[in-house]
Amino acid sequence: MAAEGNAIDPIHQFEIHPIVNFSIGGTDISFTNSSLFMVVILALISIVMLWGTSSKALVPGRLQSAAEMAYEFVASTVRGTAGEGGMKFFPFVFSLFMFVFFSNVIGLIPYTFTVTSQIIVTFALAALVILTVLVYGFYKHGAHFLHLFVPSGVSPFLLPFLVLIEVISFVSRPISLSVRLFANMLAGHITLKVFAGFVTLLLGAGAWSALAPLPLAAIVLLTAFELLVAVLQAYVFAILTCVYLNDAIHPGH
Amino acid sequence: MDPVAAKWIGAGLAAIGMGAAAIGVGTIFGNFLSGALRNPSAADGQFGRAFIGAALAEGLGIFAFLVAIILLFVK
Repeated sequence: MAAEGNAIDPIHQFEIHPIVNFSIGGTDISFTNSSLFMVVILALISIVMLWGTSSKALVPGRLQSAAEMAYEFVASTVRGTAGEGGMKFFPFVFSLFMFVFFSNVIGLIPYTFTVTSQIIVTFALAALVILTVLVYGFYKHGAHFLHLFVPSGVSPFLLPFLVLIEVISFVSRPISLSVRLFANMLAGHITLKVFAGFVTLLLGAGAWSALAPLPLAAIVLLTAFELLVAVLQAYVFAILTCVYLNDAIHPGH
Repeated sequence: MDPVAAKWIGAGLAAIGMGAAAIGVGTIFGNFLSGALRNPSAADGQFGRAFIGAALAEGLGIFAFLVAIILLFVK
């Protein structure tokens, strides 16, 4: 695709380019388009939550209902998955959910940049989750936290293998958590771009340009599907965070 | 074989794994739906679990996608 240098270049949209150049001690910390969109996301979340909760009306308006629905939704997810003890992590999960949700949805607007389509961003979020689980698990339960890796009531023959499997599945958690979000965003945006490329190629192909509305219709359907994926992946990220935090709150099988 | 050609063929083979993940996700939601139709009142409570299962099944297919992406774009 990109390597052949023709009209369709679906990877171009993920390029990071600096807006303001900074560097401290040889390390490049420029303000990039990625940083710009993170600031935009934070500003939007702050506007929705602060503005939405400022009036505290008994009969909520539109913005207040949106803020209350987001709160209720994440709160019921945390309570249902990690129990009442998980509610002390509610601010953490809520911040993660809102950040991922807004960056996914903002990325669907043409000419914007999807922050979560960068593996380093999603991996940083996933590493934060797993480090929280590890630190809280060892702080709360000490060595008892290691019971997470030892299933109870298993024959001694199988135990070493099961411990190995549990350890591998724990280690692959940050990878799968980050790569799931990143790959879904990347694949969706590449698909949209490839179909957009079909439209331009067909328009330049003489009589075949009569077929150009077909990929255009496909783009409309795919955009609706991508909106579903964007919301769903934010939900999946939040609920898996709760599941992993539940391991730290209630370890042992 | 030409290494570039081998790279593209390898990426195509890795993409097969995503079809297997699709079977897994389809099984999960199919079974969730058939269970939900038998007992609709219990369906809402199990909604989150269905998505956890789907996310885990999808995650393994995503690894296949990752292999393809690494083959294509990592020099």
